[in-house]
Amino acid sequence: MKQRITLAFLVPGILLAMMIVTFIIYAPDSLAGAAEANAAAMAGQSALPWWAWPIILLFFCFILGIIAVMAGVGGGVLFVPLVSGFFPFHLDFVRGAGLLVALAGALAAGPGLLKRNLASLRLVMPVALIASSCAVAGAVLGLALPANVVQLCLGGTIMFIAILLLCSKNVAMPHVEKQDALGLALGIRGSYLEPSTQEVVEWKTHRTLPGLLLFIVIGIMAGMFGLGAGWANVPVLNLLMGAPLKVAVGTSKFLLSITDTSAAWVYLNKGCVLPIIAIPSIVGLMAGSFVGVRLLAKAKPKFIRYMVIGVLLFSGAKALQKGLGM
Amino acid sequence: MAMRNSMDMSPAPSKEQMAYADLLFYGCWAGLLVMLITYTLYVSGILPPHVPLERMPEYWGEAVSTYLTKAQVPTGWGWTTLLDRGDFVNFVGVVLLAGLSIFCYLRIMPGLLAKKDRIYFILALLQVLVLMFAASGIVGAGAH
Repeated sequence: MKQRITLAFLVPGILLAMMIVTFIIYAPDSLAGAAEANAAAMAGQSALPWWAWPIILLFFCFILGIIAVMAGVGGGVLFVPLVSGFFPFHLDFVRGAGLLVALAGALAAGPGLLKRNLASLRLVMPVALIASSCAVAGAVLGLALPANVVQLCLGGTIMFIAILLLCSKNVAMPHVEKQDALGLALGIRGSYLEPSTQEVVEWKTHRTLPGLLLFIVIGIMAGMFGLGAGWANVPVLNLLMGAPLKVAVGTSKFLLSITDTSAAWVYLNKGCVLPIIAIPSIVGLMAGSFVGVRLLAKAKPKFIRYMVIGVLLFSGAKALQKGLGM
Repeated sequence: MAMRNSMDMSPAPSKEQMAYADLLFYGCWAGLLVMLITYTLYVSGILPPHVPLERMPEYWGEAVSTYLTKAQVPTGWGWTTLLDRGDFVNFVGVVLLAGLSIFCYLRIMPGLLAKKDRIYFILALLQVLVLMFAASGIVGAGAH
């Protein structure tokens, strides 16, 4: 047990250390070699050298990863408003990195969820087709709109998410009396082993059509703001369509790997992915998630949940303020 | 309440689900490893970047259109012509991650066809087309 915990901290620790050492060894040399260009670059901008920002971002995302796991939200929903609000990066690049952060997290979690039947491929495939098509449209729309308009909409959305987190009460095992015709035709049903009771839980969905239609809106928002849309996926899959909470959470996480892929391509093709921002974000958040999972048992989830809601309200207000040019 | 029974065994995922999961597992970790290696090549200066690192603060606070113009950065798949540059070589790992779902869908399509699961075969085919359309750059290339 002790060995497993040590390993859990060792792997992300090594990743973080590797990146920091690389920066510390090499970055000051290249900086010294281009002092003039750097001075020009700094004019009117941050007083910090270029290499300081990726290191700060790496640590920031590491902490964000821990908090996100403990609060049960995806990293993207915290990443975009906070990084766009407190880092010197333009929203275009933050959204590009936000999508990759959500995508990498979803891809890493996907295999385990699929193998344990906590994500259902039969449920994901129709939903993903709708959400990913709309995410492409959302990404195009988001990149065509002026940045202040997107900031305003992002601020409103983030505040809405905070209120949704505060009010929504997901149901562990929703009651599904009878499967609807569409759900039946698509064969959307499954089963998984509940480890706490060692029972096999069988499930099916209802209200499939309204559920699928809601993914049009979710897809557009995911693409437009570069957010992982787990905050919206879970209530729709759980409360509306009747999937058990564990399946809704697992399926939602896996779904992001497809929805965010389509939007990520648009951001990538538009030049919105800067490796200097995106890679430390991905590594930091994934390392933080590893540690967060281990700390989960000791944490007080209620306190963290309220803290995240507070942070979301604050970052939503910050995005609104930026959008209004105040 | 979802229906429960007391079988003391874990339900096995479908063959397609397992095939998808296996490919996703190897592809994801390969992509992340490539990302780490290329990023090290980038920030260490072993591969010189197209846009000098020390000039990045000039661009990262500007809209993407300004960055593309000032730094003369190509859009769409134009980055493939700059693979010898430290910044653009990072896109290899990013593209591997972003393209993974396409390969996973292609991997399960023959199984769906063999099972005569026509609806899901068509869903998979449409999904591949949507992702390939997004990846093509038709809707993404060019600054706004």
